Amino acid sequence: MRLLEQERSALQVPLPSPATVTEDAQRAARRTLRTQIAGLERQLAEAFVTAYAMGGLEHPIGYSEQPRLLDLGELEQVRDDLAERLRAARLRIAERADEHAANRLCLERMLLEPGKYRFVRISREDLGEPGCGAWQVRPRMGLIGMLMGWWQVKISSGCPLPRGRGLPRP
Amino acid sequence: MTEDVDLAAAVGFVEPRLSAEFPGLRLGWISAPAPRRASPRAVVNRLKDLSSRYRGGSVVAMRTQPIPSAYRTFFRQIGLDPDVSRIPIEQAAVLRLLHGQFRSSNLIDDALLLGLIETGVPIWALDADRVDPGGPGIRTSLSGDRLGTTELGDHLEPGRLVVADANCVHALLFDDVAPGHGVSSTTERIVLFSVGVDGVPSIHIEEALWVCIEALGGA
Repeated sequence: MRLLEQERSALQVPLPSPATVTEDAQRAARRTLRTQIAGLERQLAEAFVTAYAMGGLEHPIGYSEQPRLLDLGELEQVRDDLAERLRAARLRIAERADEHAANRLCLERMLLEPGKYRFVRISREDLGEPGCGAWQVRPRMGLIGMLMGWWQVKISSGCPLPRGRGLPRP
Repeated sequence: MTEDVDLAAAVGFVEPRLSAEFPGLRLGWISAPAPRRASPRAVVNRLKDLSSRYRGGSVVAMRTQPIPSAYRTFFRQIGLDPDVSRIPIEQAAVLRLLHGQFRSSNLIDDALLLGLIETGVPIWALDADRVDPGGPGIRTSLSGDRLGTTELGDHLEPGRLVVADANCVHALLFDDVAPGHGVSSTTERIVLFSVGVDGVPSIHIEEALWVCIEALGGA
């Protein structure tokens, strides 16, 4: 008897209609996509800052839109675009990091054996370092050094001073 | 001036459908008398002082900070690309880098700019005569909606996110105010409104409005 009452009470619980279930599911899906977009945007921002010191990322080609409530498909499109941009940004960062590592290795070799790297020039930018300046293999004592095979690595004096050339002479 | 200002910032309505999708979306607004004078020296100097806060490096890193990041994310979620349509604080920072400083234009624009720079939260000003006493809120545009009440305003496609009151649409969300609804030389009172999104604490919205009111009062 008691079991029967329980069954009857269970039957009286209204079940959600399929339309409500679909709506709730879609809203949950949109919420998930928005969370993914937020995560990708954060990662892309960090990648942007990292890449800035390495020459920056390419500016995305886009056009101005009006703000609107995006549907599931549009949110997926935004997420996929962001994921693609993040992938491209990380690839670019990795490529630049490899270039910097190769240049650093080249610099070390230049310093060890300057005669094998005649007139090679590596700037701070090539190493991913801020500021001006460059290392260049030059002959010691000019022409004599060239003939004698006296090579050395010279470091440039850095950034130009901010005072400029001054006033022209009258 | 502050005696003519209702000391509490009002909370504007947000369409329930939008609230369900974006729980953090909100609008705060406040009404104040329109100033009829140029920016005082104190406001101009404050803008100059704030100019020194923004250098190339800090502007690049701005998008990783919580509030700009929240607006950038929201822009993406509503179909705007923040690298094309910049968020307001980034737009102000880019102009600062281009011009070498935050340029002073008039007291209301300077006050809006101060509020934005200090908090990262954007503020807009409307002519209070154009605004329903119930205040502005956020909703989606309906069929037949038009930007503003003048013939200069474009017709809006349905489903756009707009700042509107009971009578009309004042602006697209995060866009310029509709023609004829901004502050003009005949404006007696203004309505300042600010839009917050998920990740922006409410106190920042109130703070932005109050920095603005303070500047308008000749701080």
